[in-house]
Amino acid sequence: MSLIAAQNLSKTYSTDSVEVKAVQAVSVEINAGSFLCFVGPSGSGKTTLLNLIGCLDKPTAGSLSVAGVDVISLDRKRAAEFRGENIGFVFQSFNLMPVLTSFENIEYPLVMVQNLPTGERNTRVLDLLDAVGMSDQKDKLPDQLSGGQKQRIAIARALVTRPKLVLADEPTANLDHATAYTIIRLMKKMRDDLNTTFIFSTHDTRIIGEAEIICTLEDGKLMRCEGTHA
Amino acid sequence: MRNLFKIALRNLRRYKRRSALTISLIAFGVVFVLVFVAVTASIKDFMIAQITDSYLGDLQIHRGGYVASIESLPLNLNLAPGAVSQIEKTLADTKEIEAYSERIKFGALFSNFSETTNIRINGVSPENEFAALPQMRSRISEGEKSVRALEKGKMLVPKLLAQGFGAKVGDTVVVVATNKDGSVNGKTFLVSGILESATGPGGRDGYINFDDAREILRMSGNEVSEIAVRVKSLARVEEVARSIRGGLGLGEKKQKGGGIEVHTWSQLSPFANIANMIDLMTYFIKLMLIAIVLISILNVMIMAVYERVREIGTIAAIGTLPSKILSLFLVEGFCLGLTGAIVGVVFGLGIILVLNLSKITFNFGQATGLILAPTIAPMEIVTASLMVIVVSVLASLQPAYRASRMEPIDALRHV
Repeated sequence: MSLIAAQNLSKTYSTDSVEVKAVQAVSVEINAGSFLCFVGPSGSGKTTLLNLIGCLDKPTAGSLSVAGVDVISLDRKRAAEFRGENIGFVFQSFNLMPVLTSFENIEYPLVMVQNLPTGERNTRVLDLLDAVGMSDQKDKLPDQLSGGQKQRIAIARALVTRPKLVLADEPTANLDHATAYTIIRLMKKMRDDLNTTFIFSTHDTRIIGEAEIICTLEDGKLMRCEGTHA
Repeated sequence: MRNLFKIALRNLRRYKRRSALTISLIAFGVVFVLVFVAVTASIKDFMIAQITDSYLGDLQIHRGGYVASIESLPLNLNLAPGAVSQIEKTLADTKEIEAYSERIKFGALFSNFSETTNIRINGVSPENEFAALPQMRSRISEGEKSVRALEKGKMLVPKLLAQGFGAKVGDTVVVVATNKDGSVNGKTFLVSGILESATGPGGRDGYINFDDAREILRMSGNEVSEIAVRVKSLARVEEVARSIRGGLGLGEKKQKGGGIEVHTWSQLSPFANIANMIDLMTYFIKLMLIAIVLISILNVMIMAVYERVREIGTIAAIGTLPSKILSLFLVEGFCLGLTGAIVGVVFGLGIILVLNLSKITFNFGQATGLILAPTIAPMEIVTASLMVIVVSVLASLQPAYRASRMEPIDALRHV
């Protein structure tokens, strides 16, 4: 059974008299455990599609099911709960809480979203710090970390709730090539270790090859999906 | 909850200067309120004590209708012997009573054998009067300053009258009065002392011994015009008055319509209005504090929300419920208010202590060199602190609500 099933998914933005069709009739099915990349030029609809799949935005037409749930029908509160339970996010600008240490940033969703007891929180966070190679940086604030280190913490934060799906919008855009490559490899390793589905977007041709499935978007339309598991 | 506080405190530390300024502003408001309340309460207490302890008493008991016609000092509205006995028994049974003094009051003519004028005479038992009015002794500016000043045949003459008549301690004067049957009687007195007015220029109240008053008025029974009562705690005077009324079997109707009336000092003295105005001023000062806290917290929290839109978007995206986001900002406002209140209370109490150690003096009425001794009730500190904290949380409500209602996608796009 597919983890994500979208049928004729469309999103149109209206600003004054101008209508922008960001996503147009996208139909796609993504299986659990996929390592998928949306590629396309700027304005092709990658971010909008990720936002729709991540329940951050609602489509103007079509249907969308994530983990067997019709996410379009979820209200604001239930959508937040659904995200907290099922989806992890990795952002282009890392979006770590500047007042929290690496450990606390990773711990944050467990405290504020899943409300887990301290013992379990500590175990999960320390395991993930180890998995992303940041154990020795656990007490540092984001300001004291490099871009690559911040993104490692962001990946650990996305995975700490044990989500079914991690969405990463241009996760390497602010990183140099070597670091970007390392981050993508890390994401892939985490997918292998935890069997979490990873979907990311990029227009960096140098890392696209790391994806197992590559879906190309142009002008909001899904042109093709190709790859080893497509 | 602990984590909410941890994050809130770290966010406040992130903007150190702004948080410090806001806390300082709140603390300044708290200091101002506490010092103002302490100083005005001290002055008010002095003023009230000046009135209650030097001539009025904390409460007074009269026959029904006496207070309404007190200017004519009606002898026919004196408390009858039976009523006096009943009141004495009730007062004896009331634990909160410290002392009381029975008075016979009447209008009379005062003469130094060459000039004559009218005077209000108070016939009192000196021991009781001095016990019920502890500052009575300090009003005697010349002559005997003990109970001996009101032994039989002696009189305390009001200062202005003494000055006008050229009467001095040791002079002989005459008091002539009409009793309630209409017959006139007089008696000579030795001026034992000159009595300062309690509240400034004016005052025609002379004091003689209780038995002398009865003799002049040819009273056979134990009638009295009023009973001035001192209670152990002035703060509980209303409660004591109710207790006495209860003991005398006075309902509200009887209290108004006749029988016996029990009035507290605030019902008898126009100064109660000034005391009320002082209280009103403290309310306005507290309102100013509320405004200071409201504006400063609102300002700082609006800024906090505006500056952290992307952060709000991030925590909303990863599944933080709107109610948790609301709590985060409310806790920040709470922490600001709490810190401001604590700092304000510490500095406020420090300033009050310094004022007490400085022994600043002031004058009131005829009393000079009164030492300012500001004190603040613990309840005032609790009230001011709670007020600041509650207003801080309320002021944070709008920005916090705004943060909690942000759409994560819009917030994440914010630059």
